Amino acid sequence: MNGSLRWRIILTLVVAVVAIAFVLPSFPSLHTSGLKKVLPDSEINLGLDLKGGIHLTLGVDVDKAILNSVAQMGQDIRAEAREEGVLVLRPRVNDLGELTFVLLKKEQQASLEDILSSRFANLKVNGKTVQDNGQVLYTIGLKPDYRAKLEKMTLDQAVKTIRNRIDQFGVAEPDIRKQQDNRIQIQLPGLDDPQRAIKIIGKTAHLEFMLVDEEADVSKAVRGIVPPGSSLYQLQKRRADGSYAKQPIVLKDDVVMTGQYITDAKTQFDSYGQAYVSLTFNSRGARIFERVTGNNVKKRLAIVLDGKVYSAPTIQEQISGGRASITGHFTTDEAHDLAIVLRAGSLPAPVTILEERSVGPSLGQESIDKGVFSTILGMVLVLGFMVVYYRFAGMVADLALVLNIVLILAGLAAFGATLTLPGIAGIILTIGMAVDANVLIFERIREELRKGLSAKAAIQEGFGRATLTILDANVTTIIAAIILYQFGTGPIRGFAVTLTLGICASMFTAIFVSRIIFDLWIEKRKPGATLSV
Amino acid sequence: MGLQIIKPDTNYNIIGLRKIAFVLSGILILIGLASLVIKGGPKYGIDFAGGIVVQAKFQESVDVSEIKDALAPLNLPGLAVQRFGDAEANEYLMRTSQGTIKAEDVRNQVKEALTQGLDGKAFEIQRLEMVGPKVGADLRSKALEALFYAVLLIAIYISGRFEQRWMTAGIMAAGLAAGIYVLQLLSMPMTYLIVAAMIITVGLCWYLKLNYALGAVVALIHDITITVGIFSLLDKDFDLTIVAALLTILGYSLNDTIIVFDRIRENLHAKTAKTLGDTINISINQTLSRTLLTSGTTLIVILALYFFGGGVIHDFAFALLIGVVVGTYSSIYVASPILLGFSGSKGAGSEGAPATANAS
Repeated sequence: MNGSLRWRIILTLVVAVVAIAFVLPSFPSLHTSGLKKVLPDSEINLGLDLKGGIHLTLGVDVDKAILNSVAQMGQDIRAEAREEGVLVLRPRVNDLGELTFVLLKKEQQASLEDILSSRFANLKVNGKTVQDNGQVLYTIGLKPDYRAKLEKMTLDQAVKTIRNRIDQFGVAEPDIRKQQDNRIQIQLPGLDDPQRAIKIIGKTAHLEFMLVDEEADVSKAVRGIVPPGSSLYQLQKRRADGSYAKQPIVLKDDVVMTGQYITDAKTQFDSYGQAYVSLTFNSRGARIFERVTGNNVKKRLAIVLDGKVYSAPTIQEQISGGRASITGHFTTDEAHDLAIVLRAGSLPAPVTILEERSVGPSLGQESIDKGVFSTILGMVLVLGFMVVYYRFAGMVADLALVLNIVLILAGLAAFGATLTLPGIAGIILTIGMAVDANVLIFERIREELRKGLSAKAAIQEGFGRATLTILDANVTTIIAAIILYQFGTGPIRGFAVTLTLGICASMFTAIFVSRIIFDLWIEKRKPGATLSV
Repeated sequence: MGLQIIKPDTNYNIIGLRKIAFVLSGILILIGLASLVIKGGPKYGIDFAGGIVVQAKFQESVDVSEIKDALAPLNLPGLAVQRFGDAEANEYLMRTSQGTIKAEDVRNQVKEALTQGLDGKAFEIQRLEMVGPKVGADLRSKALEALFYAVLLIAIYISGRFEQRWMTAGIMAAGLAAGIYVLQLLSMPMTYLIVAAMIITVGLCWYLKLNYALGAVVALIHDITITVGIFSLLDKDFDLTIVAALLTILGYSLNDTIIVFDRIRENLHAKTAKTLGDTINISINQTLSRTLLTSGTTLIVILALYFFGGGVIHDFAFALLIGVVVGTYSSIYVASPILLGFSGSKGAGSEGAPATANAS
């Protein structure tokens, strides 16, 4: 045996053994055997469509978060200005998301703008109009780069929050990632109860503190006459029998503080044994809360979670120290769930479910069974056909094909790629196309034989000429696969990965491995033997 | 030597048949397009249109109309209920376009409505998919983008590889990018943008005399149009997996085309025949048995998938089935004849058909 051939055989055997080692762990029956210890850990990940599970796309209302933070800045500006003796009135957020407020004395423009530029570097003055009564109306917006940063932060925080929540409820291998257009994609494989997951994730727990509009006439508001700058809400009250009563309440639209400053939330019990949730704020939150309560003593502060008003206690005195509580006649369980969600982090902005795909585990198993059956059937048919058509060469092609499948499966396991239903289809298709490379070579060899070349020369010519064609043809399929991967989601990506692996494997087996067998045949053949192709 | 489908000395006059082939292709494309126009575009599945699909398995047989009645209180627009899979499996598929029902509540409400409306017949929701309208629109434009980039990159690759004209291919890409940019400024909808991009690509290939790319791209557009047309004709849903199938078809058909082109190039170098038409004819005949064999084995496995792969994969397999047949046909009867048609002046006196007729 010549040296090059020996090395090629060794290489092929090594590749085959490594590939088999990577494929074996995916068979559950092997998990209990002693072999498990020496094999790699990597298993083929089954996609949600095969394993069952849930796929969610959430839309994050980033604009709402930005509006909140603009409103917050309005409150901050007024407070800071007051310390310098500058009087600022009515900070509001207009329809364009800009902050507007009134400076009482136009002589103080310089000192106000000084405060703005020194302490609110992220804001810029979009416009100001001096009015006849000596007041100045300011319109202020976020600087574009800060706005972009804020958007990114909001989305990052939302991802983190969702991950925290899922971790609290223990799902194996969750996959949570940011997507463009302020979306978050969540994949929870093997989950039996999608409804519960959706409830946990979808609960926005968007906590807001808003002042009650004391001047508004609630009965008029119920009939639809709500004062400008305020809106009608329902205050939930739990009755003794466990049912809920709703009581209308009018709140000012300005959110004085949101839940983003919460560092901890706990269930506690008051002296009557009533459960409530106690909150701890971070230092910035503590400062804001202190100011809000200080400015609004004897007024009612409503605690709004996901648009529902839980309680609206009267502020007795300025609250410092960064603690607050949410009372709402909760049951212990309710308080507990609320605390979990708040501790895991309030979402910085409301989220909505844009896409949901969930597959039950039983359907997944059925899909696997059918997929595997049709794969094996297709494969057996092709294997048989090749032997009938090409005889000896057909057997070579079959060997290459089997190795090809092993390599694909090993590749899937090694790269941690996910096998999906279209992925199985990808393998099936690869089986059909994998023989293409062999067919090209064999047809070429037949042509050369017909031209009268010797078996050895025909094999050489056949492989040589077919190789370039195979490369050309496969590069284009890989281009299509890469594009599928780039633009596809979930199952389609799985398909693209499988297809790419299949093409690479088929080039290796057809060009390299088949050649070895033909070379071996040439070496061993008796004089005058004809090549069976 | 083993079996032979195609005898070695076969010489079908394929180029001679090209007029018939063009007419046949033209008719198929027109029928498909007519169906698309009459039905107001492709019938999008929930991936692209948004909506809800629920697959439920019942313990006992249930009438489709019973399920419809049970779901009636939910007021789901465009509700369609159908049996799914084997008759004895008692599986049903419920589809609807986007309703007013909130995503968070879909599962609960459907469950409740079915439980109440069917007197507690036991069932299990096996699969639930809900796609919001905005996500649907995004997925749609992404899918179109994918198809477009696939064709573009392939055109560039072929021009570079077959004619050693990477520069020209680059110019084509730049021209296309510029064209798309201008059209985007006019805020054209994605569908028209894609059609425009295809026209620009074909136009540029023609103008820059990238004949191989032209033949391949026209064959690809031919295959995709026919597959989409047949899907429209049969009222089959168009979703993400079908796009995956289309891209696969694209890769497959191109595979075929390139193998023929490769042989044409080789035979041109070797000066096998006098005219380009003859060279093409000889090349197609030489590769014919390979083409049929590969298509055959691929069809075998696709048929296995189609008949035994299960309901979820059924349409995907069907798209591949059409695609492989059309793709094989187009690489023989569309791509190469177009290559000939546009390189007409190059070969000595080869006006295609007459020259070939003499030779064969």
